[in-house]
Amino acid sequence: MSGIKENLMEIRGLVVAVGGKEILHGVNLNIHVGETHVLFGPNGSGKSTLLMTMMGSPRYHVTRGSIIFKGKDIVGLPIDERARMGIGMSVQRPPVVRGVKTRDMVAACVGSRQPEESVESMAARADMSDFLDRDINYGFSGGEVKRSELLQLLAQRPDLALLDEPESGVDLVNIALIGKLINDLLQKDHYLRDRNRSGLIITHTGHILEYVSARTGYVLMDGVVVCEGDPKEILETIKKKGYEECRKCAI
Amino acid sequence: MPEMRDIKTSKEAVEKAKSAQAKQARFGQDIALDSYAQSAESIDYQRDLSQLPQATKERMLEVGVVTDDKVERSGTIVQMDSSVIHSLTKQDDVEVMSTNQAMEKHGWLADYLWKAVSVDSDKYTAHVELHHSNGYFIRSLTGSKSVYPIQACLYLNKKNLAQTVHNIIIAEENSELHIITGCTSGGKNEPGLHLGVSEFYVKKGAKVSFTMIHNWDPQIAVRPRTGIIVEEGGVFISNYVIMKPVQSLQTNPVARCVGENAVVRFNSILVAQPGSSMDVGSQVILDAKGARTEIISRTITTGGTITARGYIEGNAPEVKGHLECRGLILGEKGIIHAIPELKGQIAGIDLSHEAAIGKIAEEEVEYLMMRGLTRDAATATIVRGFLRVDIEGLPDQLNQELRHAVEASEKDLM
Ligand SMILES: Nc1ncnc2c1ncn2[C@@H]1O[C@H](COP(=O)(O)OP(=O)(O)OP(=O)(O)O)[C@@H](O)[C@H]1O
Ligand SMILES: [Mg+2]
Repeated sequence: MSGIKENLMEIRGLVVAVGGKEILHGVNLNIHVGETHVLFGPNGSGKSTLLMTMMGSPRYHVTRGSIIFKGKDIVGLPIDERARMGIGMSVQRPPVVRGVKTRDMVAACVGSRQPEESVESMAARADMSDFLDRDINYGFSGGEVKRSELLQLLAQRPDLALLDEPESGVDLVNIALIGKLINDLLQKDHYLRDRNRSGLIITHTGHILEYVSARTGYVLMDGVVVCEGDPKEILETIKKKGYEECRKCAI
Repeated sequence: MPEMRDIKTSKEAVEKAKSAQAKQARFGQDIALDSYAQSAESIDYQRDLSQLPQATKERMLEVGVVTDDKVERSGTIVQMDSSVIHSLTKQDDVEVMSTNQAMEKHGWLADYLWKAVSVDSDKYTAHVELHHSNGYFIRSLTGSKSVYPIQACLYLNKKNLAQTVHNIIIAEENSELHIITGCTSGGKNEPGLHLGVSEFYVKKGAKVSFTMIHNWDPQIAVRPRTGIIVEEGGVFISNYVIMKPVQSLQTNPVARCVGENAVVRFNSILVAQPGSSMDVGSQVILDAKGARTEIISRTITTGGTITARGYIEGNAPEVKGHLECRGLILGEKGIIHAIPELKGQIAGIDLSHEAAIGKIAEEEVEYLMMRGLTRDAATATIVRGFLRVDIEGLPDQLNQELRHAVEASEKDLM
């Protein structure tokens, strides 16, 4: 196919255990530079496990397989090194860290880079200005948590954004804002050939697809990718026939 | 002072003290008082504190006492061993002098001695009465407001001395007083004992903030004895920080809200390094309608032992109190024992507490690492956040100074 750029992330035969229990049983996934992919799957199928493993949380043990990012196997690298290599993640249920302000988190995301935009201006874009001096995630509503996660990623500017359910719990008005922030993050206003940012988005409802275009969808069931295809088609199938139908088309 | 009924003579105080000489304190390890020297050579008065030895000045600065450029202080008093070596006030509506001097100047001051703290509380209060060396007296006159804080320094220099001080702080009606007290020793790793009695009288509508930073040495034992009486509409805010090694520290200040709508806040930041043993509490007795209190402690052990107590008693209608003890265990060893206590005597009161002790949550460390911080930087950020108490009612300048003092000591923790 023409227009496909080089591989950014390549996952091969990934087997992952959490708390001594195998959750992922051999996952394969390719993300090229500039592409956005979508991950579907029932509760408990291992979607967050896959993202947390890509991010490098030591609680997720890779027992087999490889995760190649920018040509390098990153299995075994600590989280912060992966962050510095260009992987960022919005967490499904991020922890409260008392005394650490949202502003401190955004500053950490900017790191030692020369900031292109002020913290205040980024916060305004994410409608989070009033949250900068609050303890991170403390008393945040579901939607506020999601905007805060995206604000941090805007500051971090990762080459690969792993978004774990960015729209769950978000109201109909705010979802448009979330969609816009993701499009900014993934440089969706650039032509593909100029686009350097990639994304992997977990969604249950698929609402986010009304705002963010995605190339490929996957269905993860019981720790195995059972289906791959056009994201909107997959969503329609799940809506009409449920996840079992996806298992039938196992690839 | 409506709550003072029987005015005791000092002869009575001496009698009471004698009867309590063998009385062990309720908490903390017992200290053999006779193993310490009971007196020290007198030290000359220092007109200009900037003439003190550099090392001494640095120790003082670490506990918030400025010796060189005192523009941001309304007054200063320094006691070294048993001598008050400097006292000065820049405002004529704030008195700052040694307790002995104040006793000579104000005949009525006898009425304030041992009213907020009982002389026969234990052998340490008794010892202070019987071996009374000095202490500081700070009094804001009716309606006065100090622009900058008054600084007080208690410096224990002589090896093996039992330093005894008796401080009296009076905020007259509708006055506002901010005090920074730095207590320190010579940094020489020698034994010593600090016995400090402090009695606070916060009159009607007055406000006192008392910020105390302790910086002792690994062989120093410390037994402060503090009582506070807050009248109607009065506010008392205490901030206590100890982050450096000490051998043994035990203190349990009691604040009594005797007037309606009196407010008391205690904030403590305690760090116990290996070899340090701390038993620190705060008690508030809400005796008048609408009185309120908040007791907050943040404790960290890097190997030492901490008992963090808190006690709120509600004896009047519409009182409100909250107690929060949070402890963090850094490293493998170390003990934190949180003992929050509430006692309600009547209906219509609102007392609550929360206590939590744990190590740093791995999930929080990982979250910060996702944003690019190394594991060490993430841990340091979480510890800094833990120690960050935004103190309501404290002037900005003081809040900043306090934060800087805490941050300066944080580096030793990692
Ligand atoms: N520490 C653990 N020990 C045992 N099992 C665990 C542990 N952590 C997660 N799991 C299990 O792993 C499975 C996958 O969890 P994961 O969070 O990846 O699911 P998910 O697909 O993201 O689900 P959801 O849609 O509900 O977010 C679940 O069954 C979960 O209970
Ligand atoms: Mg999940």
